[in-house]
Amino acid sequence: MATKGKDPQSPLPDPQAQSESTAALLRELVAHLRQNRTQLREEWARRITRAQLLTAMTEEEIFAEATSVYDNYVEALETGTFEALQAYARNLSERIIPRGVETHEVVGIVLLLRDVLARSLFGKYHEDFDKLNRILDAYEPAANRIANTVAVGFVQERERIIRQQQEAIRELSTPVLQVRERLLILPIIGVIDPQRARQLTEQLLRAIRTNRAKVVVIDITGVAAMDSNVANHLVQTVEASRLLGATVIVTGLSPEIAQTLVTIGVDLSEMATVGDLQGGIEEAERLLGYKVVPLEELTPKA
Amino acid sequence: MEVPILKQGHYLIASIQSALTDADLSQLREALIERVGRFRARGVIVDVTALDVMDSFAVRTLRDIAHMARLRGAETVIVGIQPEVAFAMVQLGLTLKGVSTALDLEEGLAFLNVQTQLRIERGGPGRIDRG
Repeated sequence: MATKGKDPQSPLPDPQAQSESTAALLRELVAHLRQNRTQLREEWARRITRAQLLTAMTEEEIFAEATSVYDNYVEALETGTFEALQAYARNLSERIIPRGVETHEVVGIVLLLRDVLARSLFGKYHEDFDKLNRILDAYEPAANRIANTVAVGFVQERERIIRQQQEAIRELSTPVLQVRERLLILPIIGVIDPQRARQLTEQLLRAIRTNRAKVVVIDITGVAAMDSNVANHLVQTVEASRLLGATVIVTGLSPEIAQTLVTIGVDLSEMATVGDLQGGIEEAERLLGYKVVPLEELTPKA
Repeated sequence: MEVPILKQGHYLIASIQSALTDADLSQLREALIERVGRFRARGVIVDVTALDVMDSFAVRTLRDIAHMARLRGAETVIVGIQPEVAFAMVQLGLTLKGVSTALDLEEGLAFLNVQTQLRIERGGPGRIDRG
């Protein structure tokens, strides 16, 4: 960018000369916003409700948040620094994200505030078009930056939470449990994505070798949904286990999953399936030659 | 490199020690099939524990060995496939369908003992499907 050209990022086209007048204008603006705080704040909260934003929150909550957002907003306009606002936006996001507030709502309310304030400026200066122009010159870039800061803060917070959750899911270890000599159980719970499926398979294969397993029961009662990718991966896991000499029994296919699999035409003919985990373990015991009998049948009769 | 083929009772044991060329694999196949007849073997064990890669030719040769040996009256079991190798094979679609597998040599021997026993009890050469 040429040094002589205007910097579109900067609210001040000509640094020195205009900075003072801009500062003065912003001061005037801030004074106006402070004066009409109650009325503008109410107007804003009303418009938020009317636009059906933040439906997850009660009216009182909206008003309370609106007040603090308003004060932070005015303060950012006054000081020209955004750190406090940024911190507040992060804090706010932290509180409202768990309640199901969406990105468009947050962006929406900030833009509404911008709109409400701009309208009030129009109302105040409508007789002096020149002044209005200069006021807007000072106001718009700052307001845009504020909107930007809040939206980015919200999205960043959301992404942070998503990352955290992904890590948590990944760390939700999928335990491979030995229930009998040479019999392993692999209970799968939750969503299976390709990465997790791969990790799962590797873990199982390693466990088969270290435990010298002959039969593995994979229980998928805790898997809510299954698509063809996951199903194929399951088939692959079964095949790979067989190459290591272990028989796999899959248990706990829900009616929904059974229907989906048949509908999308996944070939599960190679897979041994049993209704529930108990049945699976019984079948595995049969394969291994175990027989479970009640104690009294073992004790010799008196 | 030639693969040593050991005779152990009624079984032949081929233990692959290092990566094999296609020619080595073909040679192994021929030697095994020939010896099944010569030693009147009832079972063949191919130990691939030392292999950390298995390509499609190797897998096909193993499958051929199993099918040919069955035609000559011996049951084959592949033992010692590494977990990583198994995973890679399955992803490539090389699943050794119709070929018995076992964890290691010990398991393979136990499996063959059961298989040949069953065959004797049933009184004739017949193949027992696994799974």
